[in-house]
Amino acid sequence: MSHIQDIPITVLDRQGSQAQTGNVLPILNEIRYALALLVAKGTSTTIDLSAIPFAPGDREELERILGQGEVSALIDALGETRIRETDYRGVWLVSHHSPQGDNLATQIEVTRTPSLVSTPEQDIPDAVDALDDYLNSQLTQESA
Amino acid sequence: MNNDKTLGEHLRERGISRRGFMQFCAATASLMALPPSMVPAVAAALEKARRPSVIWRSFQECTGCTESLTRSHAPTVESLIFDHISLDYHHTLQAASGEAAEEARRIAMEENHGKYLLVVDGSIPQKDGGIYSTIAGITNLDMLKEVAEGAAAIIAVGTCAAYGGLPYADPNPTGAASVSDIIQDKPILNVPGCPPIPTVITGVLAHYLTFGTLPELDHLGRPKAFYGQSIHDRCYRRPFYERGLFAETFDDEGAKKGWCLFKLGCKGPTTYNACATAKWNEGTSFPIQAGHGCIGCSEPSFWDRGGFYDALSVPTDDAGNILLGAAVAGAAAGAAVGFMNRNKKDAATRAHETVTVDDLNGD
Repeated sequence: MSHIQDIPITVLDRQGSQAQTGNVLPILNEIRYALALLVAKGTSTTIDLSAIPFAPGDREELERILGQGEVSALIDALGETRIRETDYRGVWLVSHHSPQGDNLATQIEVTRTPSLVSTPEQDIPDAVDALDDYLNSQLTQESA
Repeated sequence: MNNDKTLGEHLRERGISRRGFMQFCAATASLMALPPSMVPAVAAALEKARRPSVIWRSFQECTGCTESLTRSHAPTVESLIFDHISLDYHHTLQAASGEAAEEARRIAMEENHGKYLLVVDGSIPQKDGGIYSTIAGITNLDMLKEVAEGAAAIIAVGTCAAYGGLPYADPNPTGAASVSDIIQDKPILNVPGCPPIPTVITGVLAHYLTFGTLPELDHLGRPKAFYGQSIHDRCYRRPFYERGLFAETFDDEGAKKGWCLFKLGCKGPTTYNACATAKWNEGTSFPIQAGHGCIGCSEPSFWDRGGFYDALSVPTDDAGNILLGAAVAGAAAGAAVGFMNRNKKDAATRAHETVTVDDLNGD
């Protein structure tokens, strides 16, 4: 009977995969262009990684090169969105997940602050109303 | 859910925040293969989107397309979409059966006449009055005509519904035909594949839900967002092809190193689909990544295009070249003329010339 270790599968190391297919370098060049655009005109760019034909290991290689920066954020709304700034300031890795933890989409945002971190404009007056309701309820309790 | 409510209202009722809604829009835009810059437009459209009625008809098929759809790996997006559409008839998924099921279909058709979306999987047998596939005693042919009459648009899911698929393969004993062979007066969108990629099916439905229209199509009726580029053009092994590095057998050094599978019969250069980027099984892999060439399942008549492991051949696109190709291949002139008498779609996919890598490179 065959054992799984008998199956002749060759696992390429991450460096090897990157070096052979060359699929990571074009993305890094695109990020470089987006960064220059952010500097020159203040224009933000989002790159959807699900549209990129990556080889096995390419995604990991890209993330390894981009590294981990100083800021991380976790948004827990409709599933988790994990956001982290990379070693290259202004380059953010944003991954959306379902409540079950499946990765729905991964994007690179080249921007000062990823859009999802900012409070939606309409939520602010709603927050004023919500806080008013709480304070009024406290006043009512005190006067009762 | 009330049909008059918009998706935005529906989501807020379920306690989903605006930020959560924007998460949903970002994932949906990605699902629809739209550029991230379209997320605000998707959000604006989804906020106002209303619930369409969907009738799903399965004809001469294997249920693989439904299997694919229900194994979609993005349950949040899909479940929200399916919570938001009214799937009024799908004989595999619905609880009702028999008379009750057909009654549900009739009611949905009457109440939403002219507005419902018809989804079809499976080809439609036409030979001998279409008797080779019936549901509730009605032939698929009659049922398609009846349901299509009141549809706003039709989505043909899978290669069988889009182009005839396996039942259409020679000698096509049931006279199988595609939806567009039978219905000519409705907007029809083809989502071919055997089966289609689940996120492509839901992406197309999401597009219709979001914008209320069908997306831009190619010359074979497929949405360009998913079928606009060949597997070859989007393949991660393309750099090996460019460098002339090919696997010659499935267990040689080239295969182990993941080199291009062109010489092993990969149909990637002539196949248009999103497998290379959308991938399968939670975005894990696709056939080429697993070490097997593309078999071209999203193209018309892919079963009749020669062996899956034969050297790639490409269709020629005009009469002169088709005849020339047939002559070069040694086919009798009568056979070549016979080719020309078939419909254009059939001819384009049947007449092939074997080409070399250099030919494809334009050298």
